Formats: sequence, structure tokens, C-alpha cells
Amino acid sequence: MKFLVCLSKTPDTTTKIAFKDNNTKFATDGVQWIINPYDEWYALVRAIELKEKDPATIVHLICVGKEDSDPIIRKALALGGDEAIRVNVEGRDSFFVATQIAEVAKKGSYDIVFAGKETIDYNGSSVGGMIAALLDVPFVSLATKFELNGGTATITRLIEGGEESDEVNVPFVVSCQKGVAEQRIPNMKGIMGARTKPLQVVEEVMADALTSFVSFDLPPAKAGVKLVPADNPAELVRLLHEEAKLI
Amino acid sequence: MSVLVFLDHAEGKIKKTSLEALSYGADLALMLGLSVNGVLLGTVSDDLGELGKFGAKKIYQLAKDALNQLDVQQYVRLLAEIVKSLDAKVIIFSNNVSGKALAPGLSAKLKAGLVSGAVKLPDISNGFVVKKSVFSGKAFANVAIKTEIKIIALNPNSYKISEKGGSASVEGLAIEDGMPRTKVVATTKASGEVPLTEAEIVVSGGRGLKGPENWGMIEELAHLLHAATACSRPVADAHWRPHNEHVGQTGIAIAPNLYIAIGISGAIQHLAGVNRSKVIVVINKDPEAPFFKAADYGIVGDAFEVVPGIIEAVKHLHSTS
Repeated sequence: MKFLVCLSKTPDTTTKIAFKDNNTKFATDGVQWIINPYDEWYALVRAIELKEKDPATIVHLICVGKEDSDPIIRKALALGGDEAIRVNVEGRDSFFVATQIAEVAKKGSYDIVFAGKETIDYNGSSVGGMIAALLDVPFVSLATKFELNGGTATITRLIEGGEESDEVNVPFVVSCQKGVAEQRIPNMKGIMGARTKPLQVVEEVMADALTSFVSFDLPPAKAGVKLVPADNPAELVRLLHEEAKLI
Repeated sequence: MSVLVFLDHAEGKIKKTSLEALSYGADLALMLGLSVNGVLLGTVSDDLGELGKFGAKKIYQLAKDALNQLDVQQYVRLLAEIVKSLDAKVIIFSNNVSGKALAPGLSAKLKAGLVSGAVKLPDISNGFVVKKSVFSGKAFANVAIKTEIKIIALNPNSYKISEKGGSASVEGLAIEDGMPRTKVVATTKASGEVPLTEAEIVVSGGRGLKGPENWGMIEELAHLLHAATACSRPVADAHWRPHNEHVGQTGIAIAPNLYIAIGISGAIQHLAGVNRSKVIVVINKDPEAPFFKAADYGIVGDAFEVVPGIIEAVKHLHSTS
């Protein structure tokens, strides 16, 4: 089996969100960059777990970005990826990124492409589905469990009001979320080994961006909390009924 | 030329989120001087003509039972053909589970720009710019779609369902569907009565509840308010509650009208998943809990005393109104 795991570089989850240049750009000063948690904790770790069960499995990583993505790629190699490919271009939009990844995926004839369910910055939840359409293979989204038996996967996915289990044969694209795997921390052996694992840099292919970011806004600040005494919960219910008109 | 709304369904019923998408599509069509139609793959027991109430002129249906199970690859191929044959210019999905599975594939197939997570009607004064939620609800981005065909996936609970009156005609579609490549082998229903992403009210519990055995009062309050139940990340990680109840930056992002957080301190990652809620109520015994800064109403107190009091008051309200 040959896997390709998609990695995106995102701001750390505790980042304070601010914008600059007249609210047209995300202010990156002082931001800590991490592997998008959905890509790392779920997609990557599950791919590595499957490799641990079947050592003949090959896990390749892909990231679309400039050299500043190398630290997060090295971390993913430390967690257990075999080799990485970086497409040397700044992502422009989901379609642009998906086209770059689909191109690499086609050349490498991978059995499964793993993606996180979305990135925690732009929340597009788009790249996985686009790659599947560009490769014309099945797409199973929002996986919460993922079992592989030969060339057939049984994938449990979240649906409204429950879960559904799907069976699908390779090749396919899967997007992963909580439940698929447990977060791991790289060990010293992994970190040392990651330094010498291959990280191949390839140039972009021609692709259009179909959308562009015009500007950003922050949500309006809250007016402040209205506190109700703990010995009078009925007052809270009255406020929610008469003032907020929600119950 | 038209606006086409994807009608998602389960168990024979059109989903509420699709009525939001249809109301949004109808208002957009009015702005653009186009008509709005719906497309449905599969079969439902709902009367499709009734969708005219929400502004739809025609409902195009590919009425095959086999399509009642979502096979993304096949759905994307069918939708791409339908969009082309109907000459639709804007396609609206709900950004729900099905929308997240389908809209990106359709975007790639048609090379049509997609904005997912839209929260408002587009601004068409200068191009076609859609406001969407980014940074897990901590900010909004205004995104221009630059292609002739445009796709919008509307966040659930972001647009009000509005009835405009009228009835829709239903037209059958004749397109060959193929063999699905994904096979549904089992489905399980979640324990809650109301799906989390569709709920207007959500009652959520955190570590302050001390253990899974104390969730009875959360479930009772949720039941009384016709609300969904949710939880914070540590609660899901400790397996007190199922993963599909975890709301927050790395769980599910929700935007209900009312979010009641009980025993949750309000870490920035949790806030990211819930701060698009219209009204937030926080119940926590620690007056310094950061969640109070994001709340509209709050009670500083012990959940084990406060929540039963709220339950009593809600029962009293129901018995008098």
C-alpha cells in the first residue's frame, strides 16, 4: 500500500487573530506555526498506525508551500512519514492547492490520499474533495474510524444525527477527524531520523485560483455578561424567555 | 440562467439546512434577477411542490432509490451534468456533512469557484464577494469568486428560513446513474434527540461535571429545551461522552441561537467552535473562568445546585405558557 498524507501549515490553536494592511492580510508577526491539527493528529497518525501493522506500507507526505513549511514537514517525518514532497509555491486557494496535490498523487499512483477534515485557519473543508474529483476516485469525508483490510477500507463517517459505515476499495481519498486516531508526540529516535529522510522539492504546475481573499473582519465585541445570582436560576430562565426570546 | 439549490435529505425528509439554503438561494436569485430551482437526487416522502413556499420555481428530481445513499463520486458527476444542462450560474449547498462532501468536488469538476462556510448573501456591488467564517469562528473573510459559475456552501444556522408563498413544479430528470463505488454497510443513530449541527439550542457540559454519571441533568435540560447535547474536548478525550459531541476548534463548530455551557472554563480552542452562537449562557463556579468574557448571561455557582433550579424553572415556564 502506498499512502499520500496532505499537510497544511496553520497558526497554533492559541493564536490571537489580527489583521494588517487595512484588514487585507492575516498578521503573522509572532505567530507559531504548526501542522494543521486535523492533518497531524488524525490523518497522519492513522496512516502511520496502518504502516506499523503492515511494514510494507509506504507513507509519503505532501505540503504546498515555501521553505518556511520545512519545519512542520520535518516534524511529520519525525512522527513516522517515510518521505516528503514539497510543492514550492504559496497556496492561492483550495483549488490551486488541490491541483498541485492531485498532480503529485497522479504521478505517484497512491492507493489512499489522506487529508484532515479542514484547516483551522480558512476552514474550507475543500481540498480533499477537490483532489478526489480531480483524480476521479471515491471520496469519503469526515471519517471517525478507519480500518483497512487488503484493498478494502471500512470507514465510519459522521452524518447528521449519527454515524454511517462505508466500504470502499482503493484508490480513494479520505478526510479524517477526531476518533480516527489519537494524537502522538514524536520521540527522540524519530526526530533524529527525520533529519536525513528525503524531502523532495518540486515546482508548481500551472493552475488557476478560482477565488481570492478580499478582506477580513473581526466579529463585533460582546456587550458584556449579565450575571444572575446563583440562588435565583428562575431569573435566568425569565431573561432567556422574555428578553432573549429564545426559550 | 438560474440559481440552483442542492436539496439534501435523509429518511425521506428534506433537511432543515436545505430549507435555509433554499431561502438564501431565493433571496440571491432576487438580487441577480434570476429564478431559483432545487435539485434532488433520490426519493423523499415530502411533497416537493410545497418547496415553492420558499421561493423555488422548479424542483428537478432524479428519482432513484439507489441515490438515497450518498456516493460522492457519482453525485458529483450527476450534479456537474445537471448544472451544465440547466445552465445554472450559482449553486447553493448547505455547508453540512453532505455539502462538505459534494461542493468541493463539483467546484473542481466545473472549475467553478467555491466559498464554503458562507454566513451572508454576497456583495455584488463590485464583483461577487461572499462573507465566510474563518479561523474557526474567530474572524470573517470576504472572498471573491472569479469564475462564471459560482458555488456557495452556506453555514448551518446562518440564514433564516423564510416563506414567500407559491408552489413549485416537479420535473423528473433522465440521467443514467452508475454503480456506486462506496457501499453503506451500517448506520447508527446518535444518542441525542436533536442533531448537533442543526440544533437551535445546545446544552453543553465540561470537566466541571466531574464524571459521566452526572450527565442526567444535562440530558434532562436538553430534552426540556428541545436542544442537542454537547461537550468540551477533555470530556470527549476521557470518553465520558462520545466524540461526536465534542464542540470546539478541533471538534465540531456550531452556531446555535442559544449555547448553554455548564462547567466549561472556555479555553480559546473551545470558544473558537462556539462563538458564532447568537446567545451564550455560562454556568461555572469559578468567577475568573474566561468563558464569562464571551458570555451574554452567566451564573457564578455550583452546577449541581444551579442546573436543577433551571430545570425546575423551565418546567414551571412550560406549565404556565
